[in-house]
Formats: sequence, C-alpha cells, structure tokens
Amino acid sequence: MAKSVQQRMMSLNGDEAVAWAARQSNVDVVAAFPITPQTIIMERIAEFIHDGLMDSEIIRVESEHSALSASWGASIAGARAFTATAANGLALMWEILYIVASSRAPVVMAVVNRALSAPINIHCDHSDSMGARDSGWIQIYSEDAQEAYDNTIQAFRIAEHENVQLPVMVMLDGFLISHTMQNVQILPEDVVSDFVGYRKPSRIKLPEFYGEKEIPLMLNPKYPISIGPLDLYDYYFEHKMQQIEAMKRAPEVIKEIHKEFAEISGRSYGDGLLDPYRAEDADALIMGIGSTMGTMKAVVDELREEGKKVGSVRIRTFRPFPADEIRELASGVSSLGVLDRSASFGAEGGPLFMEVRSALYSLKDRPPVLGYIYGLGGRDMPPRLLKKIAEEVLSTREEPERPRVGYPGARE
Amino acid sequence: MAETKWVPNIRQIAKEMHERGFTGITPGHRLCAGCVAGTIVRQVMMAARKPVVVINATGCLEVATTIFPYTAWQVPWAHNAFENAAAVASGVERAQAKLIRDKRFEGDPDIEMDYDIVVFGGDGGTYDIGLQALSGAMERGHKFMYVLYDNEAYMNTGIQRSGSTPFGAWTTTTPAGKVIPGKPVGKKPLVDIIAAHRIPYVATVSPYYWNDALVKFRKGFEADGPVFIRAFSTCNRGWYNAPEESIAISRLAVETCVFPLYEVVNGVEWRLSPPSLAIAKNPEKKKPVEEYLKTQRRFRHMFEPENRWMIKRFQEMVDYEWELLLERAGLKG
Amino acid sequence: MSALRGWKEIPIAGIPFEPAVKYKTGDWRVFRPVIDNEKCIKCGLCWMFCPDSSIIWDGDNFPTVDYEHCKGCGICAHECPTKAIEMVRG
Repeated sequence: MAKSVQQRMMSLNGDEAVAWAARQSNVDVVAAFPITPQTIIMERIAEFIHDGLMDSEIIRVESEHSALSASWGASIAGARAFTATAANGLALMWEILYIVASSRAPVVMAVVNRALSAPINIHCDHSDSMGARDSGWIQIYSEDAQEAYDNTIQAFRIAEHENVQLPVMVMLDGFLISHTMQNVQILPEDVVSDFVGYRKPSRIKLPEFYGEKEIPLMLNPKYPISIGPLDLYDYYFEHKMQQIEAMKRAPEVIKEIHKEFAEISGRSYGDGLLDPYRAEDADALIMGIGSTMGTMKAVVDELREEGKKVGSVRIRTFRPFPADEIRELASGVSSLGVLDRSASFGAEGGPLFMEVRSALYSLKDRPPVLGYIYGLGGRDMPPRLLKKIAEEVLSTREEPERPRVGYPGARE
Repeated sequence: MAETKWVPNIRQIAKEMHERGFTGITPGHRLCAGCVAGTIVRQVMMAARKPVVVINATGCLEVATTIFPYTAWQVPWAHNAFENAAAVASGVERAQAKLIRDKRFEGDPDIEMDYDIVVFGGDGGTYDIGLQALSGAMERGHKFMYVLYDNEAYMNTGIQRSGSTPFGAWTTTTPAGKVIPGKPVGKKPLVDIIAAHRIPYVATVSPYYWNDALVKFRKGFEADGPVFIRAFSTCNRGWYNAPEESIAISRLAVETCVFPLYEVVNGVEWRLSPPSLAIAKNPEKKKPVEEYLKTQRRFRHMFEPENRWMIKRFQEMVDYEWELLLERAGLKG
Repeated sequence: MSALRGWKEIPIAGIPFEPAVKYKTGDWRVFRPVIDNEKCIKCGLCWMFCPDSSIIWDGDNFPTVDYEHCKGCGICAHECPTKAIEMVRG
C-alpha cells in the first residue's frame, strides 16, 4: 500500500465524524430535521456553515419527509445533497426513499440506527434501516466512528459513479457509535476534496428530443427533461430492471472506491463488502452488522487463545448483498452464527439470517446456520453473551431440523 | 415588489411564443377536454420573464402531461410525490443558489442555471396533504411561485372531497344523500393561512380574467421570496359542468364573489383586483350564487325543495367571506 | 407508439423519451371548431383560453386549429366574442 497522507487525530463521536466527512466532501445542499441520535450531525453541520467552515446551503426543514424531498430537489437540480436521520424519521421518509432511488438521484444519507416506535425508544437497533432494505438504496454499515467518517466520504463517489447512480445510506449505531467519543483520523480537507471532487450530473441521450447529443440528467432549461412521470405496465418493469442491474454493478464500484480510499487513508475494511476477522482457518464463523462486531473481534481473540477456532465476518454492505463473498467464506466452515439487530415479525429469523441462509442454499456442503436476534431497543450485548453464542455455534455440527433462532439478552 | 412594469400584450406574447415554437405544455397531453388546468399552465408560461422550471405535485396535471414514454413539457419539469412539491422546490432553489454562487456550470455550454421556479399543485396537494411542506417552505422564505390550480376536490382519484370542496357540493365521499346532502362544511380559508406567513405576494386568479392573471403571475415571478397564487380551475368531470362553459364559469365565480380576485402583499396589505373592485364599488353588480351553482350538477341536489336552505346557506357563507375581504381591503363603511 | 423497447434501450431514471405531440388527442373529439375568418377579429381569446395549445396563432394572421390534437371542448367557440367559431360534428 502506498504511504497514506498525514492525518489529524481528533476526539469525535460518530455523529461528529459524519459531520466532518460531510464538511469535507464538497456537499452543496444539506437538508435535515432533528431526531435523536442523529441530531448532532445536523448541529455540527450548522455550526460549520454558520462559522464559515463549510460552504453548503442548509435547509432546516419541517420534517424528515421534507428533508429527503428537498435533498432530492437539490440533487435533480445538479447539486450534491446530503441528509441524515434515524428511526421514525427514516420511517417518515419511506415513500420518498423509493422515489429517490428510482429516479437515480445520488443522495447520500447518514442513518443513525435506532429502534422504531412503539413503544418509543431512542436506542440502537437496526429495525429502521432494515425496513428500508428493499427501497433501492445502497446500504453501508459502519463499525465505529472512524469507519462512519470513511464510509460517508466514499458514499458520494459510489452514489455518483456512472455505473451506479443510486443513493447511498451510511449506517452507524445510535449512541454506541453516534454518541461515543473516539479517536478519529481526519484527512486534510484538500485530500478529501480531491478524492470526492464536485458533483457532475451524469448524461443521457434522448434522440427524439436532442438527437445524439448527450444531455445532463438534471433540471436544465438548455435541455429540458421531465423527471418523475407516470409510468404504467408498459415500462415500469424496465425501469426496475435498470435499478436491479445498477445494484448488480455496485459491488465492484464499492470495492474499487474502498481500495482507492485505503491508499490515501491507510484504512481498509476487508474488501469493502465484508470485513472478516480471523476467518481464514475458522471452524465457526459469526456474522453480524455494526458495532457489535467490534466487540466480537475481542471475543474471537479470547476464544482463539482458548484454542477454539472461531472467526467473525462483519457485513458492511447489506445492499448490495455480498452473497458470492459470503458463499466463499462459508464454504469451508463447520457452522455459522448470524446476529440480527432487528426482528422480522412472523419470519423464520432476522433479515441477515434469512439472506445468509438463502445465499448458502446453492452450496453443496452447507454449514448449519444458527440465528440470533439481539440488542433490540439498545439492549446491551456484552462479550460474555457473544462468547456463549460463539461456543454454541462452534459445537453445532448439524443443521437443526427447523431454523433455530435465539433471542440472547431477552428475559422470559 | 407587488408592482410590475410589464403590461401583457396578447398579440406580442402570441407572436413571441409562436416564433419560439413554445407553448409551455404541448398538445398531446391528456387532461380532459375542457380542463382549464391546461389554460392556467399556459397563462403562467405566457407571463414568464426567463426560463421556468416546474415542480409538480401528484395530481391530474402531473399524470396527464407525462404518461410514459411521453412528456408534454417543454420546460424542465419534476414530480416527486403528492405532499412534498414545496419541499422539493426548496431543494431546487437552494441548489440553484449554491451552483450559481459557485459558478459551477458557468463554463458548460450545455447547462443553464438562470431560471424561475414554479410549483403546480392541486387542492388536495395544497390544502390537505401538502400543507405542512408548503408552510415550511413559506416560512423559510424560498424564492418560488406556488400555483394552486384549485378544482375543489381530489379529481385525479375520482372526485373525493378535499379541504377545498365547497359547502353542499356532491363528491364521491360527500354524496348527495337523503340524510346528509353533500359536504356538510365549507372550505378551508387557505389563502388566509398562506397570507398569514407574511410572504411577499399572495393572489387569486381566474383564467377568464387573463390580463389580471398574467400580471399576477409576472408579479409572482418578479417577487423576492415565496409567492402563492390560487387559480380557479373548473373540472367538468368532477363538477358536471358543460366543458365549453369552463371559462364562462370562471367568470361567474368572480361575478358572484364565490371566487373574488385580490392580492395580499406581505401578508397584511389586502387589495381587490379590478373585476372584484368593480363589484365592491357597485354592489348591485354582485350576482346571486344561484347563477353559479346552477351551472354545475354537483350542486343540483341543492335545488330540490327540501334542500333549498343549502343555497341560502351557501350565499351566507359567500357573503361572510366577501364582507371580510372588503373589511381587510379597507372598503367597508 | 412504436414497438416497446427493452431496459437496455431506454434512458435511466424514468425520463420520458417521446414528445407528447406524437400522441394524437384529436380522436377524442365529437365536435370540431371551425373558424369563420369573415367574422374573426383576431382578438386571440380562443388562443388564450385553449387548454390544449391547439389553437395556433402567430399574433398577426387568423388563428387556425390543430385538429390532430384539439379535443373539441368547445371553449373557443363559447368565448369567441364575434361568434366566429362554430362547433361542427366530426
């Protein structure tokens, strides 16, 4: 790896790290609405702007629905748009999430994961962003504040990449990352600016209007286009096909940009899709998402010291789902445990569990998979519980007759 | 700002538009025959001083003008959802400000950033589901002109009552039943609500009074801040009026004071526009609402003997609003 | 409309690729407006009120009707101050 640039070590919580990333990423318009535990992001951005440290327009909208709507407006007007939310705010955006993705607006949004109401709860679980998993957004989950910073910067490049052109959500765990102070390496402003550049709207051809001319995909009186028409059974499916194909192209782009960023920052997270830890020779693998997988690394070390061959795999991109990479990693192991920080009521397990099991179905020798739903509403996931899970997975050699899902941490 | 030097000259406008091959929306859109939403859009385009970008709330106009793969819009146009047109316009407006300030596309011959933003929303998207986003945008002071084409019900979904449906009117959700004949309550005073935001310019227009309408649209484009214009928009499918009478009804609405024409400057200065001012000065010119009501079958049940009280009530409601307007405009006593 | 295209053949983001003028709304019509230039005073009101941009007028000459698109609503005839427009079946 090339020598990375000199960076500045700062004590920041996850929200502040995201705000710093937005500050440095040549964002043109920020639209946001306060919601715990995201609020610090928009507060810091407001401070940056009011102090002249960040050159962006800020729209302090009257709801999250409008936050995403205004971000979309900014994006289709040719600007780089950023927003942030959590939980109920994301739920309020639900309608617009699909519209932003379908109109291929490369908006970047930080989602500070928080449990959905009711009962109202401000703490971490992944029920909010997991509910948005089919909205057509790329979803990248962070393990800590540093990664939230790194992911946010990369997100703009991924979203605007000509082979992708999809919005990106960057997730960080509420409070566990968002409000936890950490040493974060901040890249110099010009380095980030060079890395992300400025938004350049992509181009399309509309021969019936403009011949072979490639025209900017934006609101532009020079070459007027209509964005967001009524689309019925004759073409809607084709537009969905284009989104499906764009999502298929995304993994390569995510990996490529992740690698490029690693070269300047000196930081990398697996291949950008999956972040495995001591997985190469593991008998049992624990898969999961977010900050818990940081704790898991320490537990893996502890188990390894005891001679137990356990490894872990942190899923960074839930959308696109890295099924090929998961099959590859899982093909040699004896058993798998999957940690879900959200429930899918009435389903056979959490969303990650179901997707992992589905990915493994095409393997000849499928390892047994155990599911665990944990940490709902911010319930703590201590190392001892993770250790117990790992030991249970390690000792399981056969697939249970019916999918087995445990609920570690819940009282009966 | 509530004044303009521009005087619309119909020949001049027609000539210029003809030479440019520009109509704003082209023929081939699928609004119903006789739907004056098309007329209103064209009048807005006639009053434009520079390129216009249109943001459209979900509704008849949006649907009928952009049935994929066709579009009738000759100007940049965007639609996102039903309730957020004003929020989308807020984002467009701030993006435009930033990109112009940065001279981002100044060297790009393919991109033009100098344009006015106009929003079109129906009454459902404005009185009801979009009111929050609209209020937020007005409060924040974004510079765009919001044009409400008010046809007094959810016409795109098939004539359901909205906050704008007048007292007594039949809709599919306020049927003219034996027990409850039509809509039991009156309209939301939306213009008052918007004017209360103290925005630079609020006005009402009727497409029949095209000169008045064009001047107001131009003032809207020229104003330095949020603008709201409520346009009277007949719907012959939902009102059961004769399509050819659409413009004539737009006149009757003003003559009966069902739809007075006025401006509100900075939320405090209320001014009657010439057609309504003429009635204020000569009250005998004010026609009874019955003349207006009888042109539309949505009010037909009100003419049944047992429902005649509804016409009287309708008249009282119109009179009350008219008197209130006269008072605000300093034309009382 | 020409043959339906595949997803590789259309622009992304759902951008309409055909001008609506190609869609002929003229066949919606039952009655068509016929302008009598003897009576027409070129006031332009028919052009001003037409919801379908189907009165063609250059501001100087007599207005004409775009019969490919005119839906026959009859507003022009109703508003014509000199009764120069007649609605004729067909």
